[in-house]
Amino acid sequence: MSTNTDAVLYDHPGPRAKTRNLILTVVFGLALLALLWWIYRKFDEKGQWAGPLWRPFLEGSTWTDYILPGLWSTVSAAAVAMVFSLIFGLVFSVGRLSDHWWVSVPAGVVVEFFRAVPLLLMMFFIFFGIPFLTESPMPPFWAVVIGLTLYNGSVLAEAFRAGIRSVPRGQSEAGYAIGMRKTDVMREILVPQAARAMLPVIVSQLVVLVKDTALGYIIGYTELLQDGVNTLGANFGNTVAAAIVAVFIYVALNASLTFFAGYLERRTRRTGRAPRRTTPPGALTPVGGATAVEPQG
Amino acid sequence: MDVFSDPTNFETYKVGFLWILKLTAAGTVGSVVLGVVLAAMRVSPIPVLRGFGTGWVNLFRNTPLTLIVFFCYFGLYSALGLELSDDIDRNNYWLGVVGLSVYTAAFVCEAIRSGINTVPAGQAEAARAIGMSFLQTLTVVILPQAARAVVAPLGSIFIALAKNSTIVGTIGLMESSSAMKELINANGDAVVPIFLVFAGTFALVLIPTGYLFGWLANRLAVKR
Repeated sequence: MSTNTDAVLYDHPGPRAKTRNLILTVVFGLALLALLWWIYRKFDEKGQWAGPLWRPFLEGSTWTDYILPGLWSTVSAAAVAMVFSLIFGLVFSVGRLSDHWWVSVPAGVVVEFFRAVPLLLMMFFIFFGIPFLTESPMPPFWAVVIGLTLYNGSVLAEAFRAGIRSVPRGQSEAGYAIGMRKTDVMREILVPQAARAMLPVIVSQLVVLVKDTALGYIIGYTELLQDGVNTLGANFGNTVAAAIVAVFIYVALNASLTFFAGYLERRTRRTGRAPRRTTPPGALTPVGGATAVEPQG
Repeated sequence: MDVFSDPTNFETYKVGFLWILKLTAAGTVGSVVLGVVLAAMRVSPIPVLRGFGTGWVNLFRNTPLTLIVFFCYFGLYSALGLELSDDIDRNNYWLGVVGLSVYTAAFVCEAIRSGINTVPAGQAEAARAIGMSFLQTLTVVILPQAARAVVAPLGSIFIALAKNSTIVGTIGLMESSSAMKELINANGDAVVPIFLVFAGTFALVLIPTGYLFGWLANRLAVKR
C-alpha cells in the first residue's frame, strides 16, 4: 500500500471505474483543449502570433541587451538581499528568544512590524521618503535590497525561532550540564542544528526573494520585468510576447530552486540530522516543509 | 499628524485603504473558489485534471505577482482587449482581482492539499470500506477534517493577500501604497508620520488578524 493520497482516496479502478475515468478523461481533455484553442484564437485575433513580435527573441542582441542584464539585476538583488536577510533573521530570532525582556520585546516588535507591512509600501518609503530625510537620492538597487531584507529577514527570523525551538530539549540541557553558558549553548548547539533543519526553508525563501525583486520595477530598478518586458516590449511593440518569455524564465529559475529545496529536505531527512518533524501518527505524508506556503509578491 | 487633518489628504488615505479592503475581499472569494477546485483536481483520479492542477500551481506560484498584474493590464486589457468595466478605476480593480485570484489560488490549492495529507489514511480507507465514492469520500469525510488543519496556513495566505493588494497600484489604482507615495511627494517635511500612519494601519489590522487565525487554528485543531 503506497502512502500516496491519490492511492488512498479511491480504490484501484475496476472495469466500470476504468471506463468512467476514461470518459471523464476524454471529456475534460476536450474541454481543456477547447480552452487552449479559445486562448489561441483570442491571441490570433489580435495578431499576437505575428512573426515580427516573436522574431526578436531569436536574435542574440535582444538577450544580451535586455533580458540577460535584467536577469542579472534580478539575481544580484535577490542574492545580496538573501545574505542580509540571513544575518537579520539570525540576529532577531536569537534576540526574540532572549531571556531579557528588554531584548526579546523590541526584537519581537520589529519582526512583527516588518512582517505586517506590505513590501511595496516599505519600498516606496525607502525610495521616495528616505531621500527627504537624508537629502541625497536613494539608489533603486539599495531601496530594493533594504526592503527585501527587512521583510524576508523578519520572515526568516520567525522560521529560525521555530527551528531553534524544535531542537530537542535534551540538547540544551546536555550543554548546560557540561557547564556551557547560555550564549555557548545557543551558538554551539542550538543554531547549528536548527540551521541544518532550516536549510530547505532558507532555499525556498530564495524563491520568494527572486519573485519580490519584481517589485523593483515599480520604483524603477532595471530588473527582468523592467528591462526584459517593459523596455523590450516598448521597443519592439511585443509586450505580451516579452511577458510570456519572462514568465518562462521566472518559472524555470524558481522551479529549479524549489527542486533544490526538496532535494535538501530529502537529504536531511534521510541522514536523520533534522530534529524530528511533527507528523501526526498515521498521516498520509509528512506535511511539506520545503514549499513556500505564503504567497509573497 | 497635521498632514491628515487636511480633508483631501485624509480622503486619499481613506480611499486607498477602501481599495485594499475591496481587493482583499474579492480576491479572497476568487482564490478560495478557484483553490478548492484546483485542490480537488490535484487529488482526483483523472490524470488530465491532475496535470492541469499541477501545471497551474507551478506556473503561478513561481511567477512574480507584479508580472501577473502587469500582464492582466498590458496583456489582457491593452493587447487582447478584455474590458471588465466602462469605468477606468472599476476596470483596473477587476483586472487586479483577476491577477490576485489566479495567483493566490495556487497557494490556497497547496494549503488544502497539505491539509488533506494531515488526515490519517484510515479515514479515507474507512469511507471507501463503507462504499463511498471519490467525491463522497472527499466532501463528507476528508475535506471537513482537512479544513480544520488549513485554518492557520489559509490565515497567513489571506494576510499575504491583503498586503499583496498594494501591487495593484502598479496598474493605476490609487490604493494605499500609491496614496502614501503621493502624500510623501506632496509633503516632504512629514515623511515619517505619513509612513507610520500607513504602515501602522496595516500592522494594527494584520497583526491581530494573525493572532486570531492562530487562536482559531488551535481551537479547531483535531486532537489526535
